[in-house]
Amino acid sequence: MNIVVIGHVDHGKSTVIGRLMADTHSLPEGKLEQVKARCARDARPFEYAFLLDALKDEQAQGITIDSARCFFRSAQREYIIIDAPGHIEFLRNMISGAARAEAALLIIDAKEGVQENSRRHGYLLSMLGIRQVAVCVNKMDLADYSQAVFESIRDEYRAFLQQIGVEALDFIPCSAREGDNIVANSDRMPWYRGPSTLDIVDSFAKEQDTIDKPFRFPVQDVYKFTESGDDRRIVAGRIETGSINVGDEVIFLPSGKRSKIASIEGFNVPVQTGACAGQSTGFTLTEQVYVNPGELMCKASDTPAQTGTHLAVNIFWMNRQPMIYNKKYKIKLAGARMPVWLREVVTVLDASELTTNSNRQQIERHDVAECILETLKPIAFDLTTEIAQTGRFVIIDNYEIAGGGVVLKAVESATNRVTERVQQREQRWQRSTITPQVRSTRYNQRSTLVLICGPANTGKEKLAKALEEDLFQSGRYVYYLGLSNSSLSMDVTESGERDEYIRRLGEVSHLFTDAGLILIATISDLDDYELETINTLNQPSDFRIINVGPNRFSRTQVDLQIDELNDIPAAVQEIKKLLTAQRYLIEYYL
Amino acid sequence: MDQLETLESQSIFILREAYRSFQNLVMLWSIGKDSTVLLWLARKAFFGHAPIPLLHIDTSYKIPEMIEYRDRFAREWKLNLIVGQNVEALKAKQTFPDSNATRLQCCGRLKSEALKHTLSGEWPRRVLNHETGEYDIVEGGEPFTGVIVGARADEEGSRSKERYFSPRDQHNEWDVSEQPLELWNQFKTDFAPGTHVRIHPLLDWTELNIWEYIERENIPIIGLYFDRGGGKRYRSLGCFPCTFPVESTAKNVSEIVEELRSGKFSNIAERSGRAQDKEDFSGLETLRRDGYM
Repeated sequence: MNIVVIGHVDHGKSTVIGRLMADTHSLPEGKLEQVKARCARDARPFEYAFLLDALKDEQAQGITIDSARCFFRSAQREYIIIDAPGHIEFLRNMISGAARAEAALLIIDAKEGVQENSRRHGYLLSMLGIRQVAVCVNKMDLADYSQAVFESIRDEYRAFLQQIGVEALDFIPCSAREGDNIVANSDRMPWYRGPSTLDIVDSFAKEQDTIDKPFRFPVQDVYKFTESGDDRRIVAGRIETGSINVGDEVIFLPSGKRSKIASIEGFNVPVQTGACAGQSTGFTLTEQVYVNPGELMCKASDTPAQTGTHLAVNIFWMNRQPMIYNKKYKIKLAGARMPVWLREVVTVLDASELTTNSNRQQIERHDVAECILETLKPIAFDLTTEIAQTGRFVIIDNYEIAGGGVVLKAVESATNRVTERVQQREQRWQRSTITPQVRSTRYNQRSTLVLICGPANTGKEKLAKALEEDLFQSGRYVYYLGLSNSSLSMDVTESGERDEYIRRLGEVSHLFTDAGLILIATISDLDDYELETINTLNQPSDFRIINVGPNRFSRTQVDLQIDELNDIPAAVQEIKKLLTAQRYLIEYYL
Repeated sequence: MDQLETLESQSIFILREAYRSFQNLVMLWSIGKDSTVLLWLARKAFFGHAPIPLLHIDTSYKIPEMIEYRDRFAREWKLNLIVGQNVEALKAKQTFPDSNATRLQCCGRLKSEALKHTLSGEWPRRVLNHETGEYDIVEGGEPFTGVIVGARADEEGSRSKERYFSPRDQHNEWDVSEQPLELWNQFKTDFAPGTHVRIHPLLDWTELNIWEYIERENIPIIGLYFDRGGGKRYRSLGCFPCTFPVESTAKNVSEIVEELRSGKFSNIAERSGRAQDKEDFSGLETLRRDGYM
């Protein structure tokens, strides 16, 4: 069981843990003596906190910098205790520690009372989804073991927790330094006969209900180890919630592809017919569907996850640079990784004071904010209140995890980044007096974008060039955009920014089709959403899809499917037939 | 799921996350119990295959049985095995056994330096050729950007602060106070050019968990860990001049589990047989900042 100990700086978190470990005899032999001897040598009074402060700079500063894990065993079970730093500078370390925990002990200094980070940590706990919280009012020895002091802190903090929807299991008056109410009740506080800190820790319950929730399996990867003589195509990942059996029908989101579980795979395990929440496993499917890592596999008979591009979320931001509008970030939600933008800051909450501010245009370090995010493509998710595991995410800014958050609801939006861009373009665009119809009549053709798609290395470029040449020779106004090797995309393909590449392709297509040309372009592994983006940018012209090799679209109807490109001239004729039939190539019979 | 199943599932998840995110990934294999469990978990994660290359840093002072064991299983499990060594330091005899270095200096040269330059591709790598059964010398290899390590948080203080995915800068350095945010099983899988990431799938395991898992999975483990008659066994493996066996009569895995759970070692640190830890109280942390595992 993982338990995090949190609270304001210097309120005694490390001391509580040190005392718990010492009094339950969980320390390695000789450790206590070793630390005591070091203190004696340095002429410093011994403190239990030193047991944990294993690193040099920590001992120098006397504060916990990072979350340290220690292992301890009570009579009941084994624990990993996470000592989270209380200093505001190290808030992200506190979060990293707390996010691993199933329950939390929050420490408040009896003499200092409730401080800023007592509240901030309490609030972050609720965002992190930790519902089991107990509060130690520590350093009671410095408050004369006063019942009144204890009760006043308890009442104040309980009221605060209620505001944020957290209920503390218990409040314990204790002194970690003196060992009061840590593993046993203390005679120095005869007025308190509730559980000791250890009793509370032993009473925390493990989360049990994940198996009863709808089945959620973020696809981590799809493996095929053909070169080692293994033909299984295995969809691998960890089951976050629910359970599944061989034969169950599954649906992948957001693509909507469906298949059935053929087998549950494993190494050095007996044959399995079912699997459930918590297991890292793998499946083969009866019908081979092309799925990408990052999709969410759900059971067809369960409530499916939601999909969408606009999410209302609660975010906490940890980066020195604020989160701003019009900057591309990356979201990681379950297995999905995708570009994301901040679209609207609804309110920013001052976590220490619990006041809100609705006029902010960006999210500063240590802020907690409600905001709207827009993802590049639809993403599959659940609401945090329904399935926490698939209702939370992190945001990457410049290679770093800069913040985290939970999904509050899906938002319907009439516009998105692409349609807004088109609107702006149209407002500024000075349209010429020559209409598309006039051009069409002059050029004897209707302009369009011919997109040759399919997996890489299927000969698409050769086909595109042959098509261009054939059309050109027969008097058409045509251009082949060798985008993959032009300066137009050098900078973005090298840095892997495919979304920018797609955007440029759409804008360039718009120029060419507006000029009345037939534009031919090739692109590998195009998906439905990317095609939608190109189409939106290329309007009012249209497009035709030629697919070479396996067809991996799930919604798009391709205009011509070529399984294998053996005969390029024949394929060119096929495409010309199609373009003629659909009156892109206009023929006059005199 | 019981505790071992939970640990196993998390480690597999981390291994797959690493495999998905890093082009040039390598796993360190010291031949000891932890990294052998790690190798086993990789075979679990990838359904019997070991697609991630393994790197062994050979100080030349390893107990000979370790090298025999390494080569045997590398062949049996068809592992992509790479061996690195500080050939220069050995040739110049700049080592502790040659009386030309302290134990820690020796570790720094034969382990940290060798590791650093083998990872970067500056020094030649010896790669096991499964067709000839011999090692080929490969020069000018690509640098590895993701390095999977079998470190456990319970080993000693500095390790208890690691992330599952822990960045290192160009100089292999570890900045303890500026560690990345890591939550909800979302790890640092994005990294700037020139940096690399250490990945720790075994961070939450204890020494006892390791042995319980070896017992449950029946993982073939090197015989040096068992008492084979003399009343002594190794609890932790390293170079023979600096690693000493402990007094123990545990002859098999279940006796070791018993010894750790309630017997004589239940409260004694695992690395108590490693001499280099004792030279300087924070020796390991200093080495770790320099990239030592």
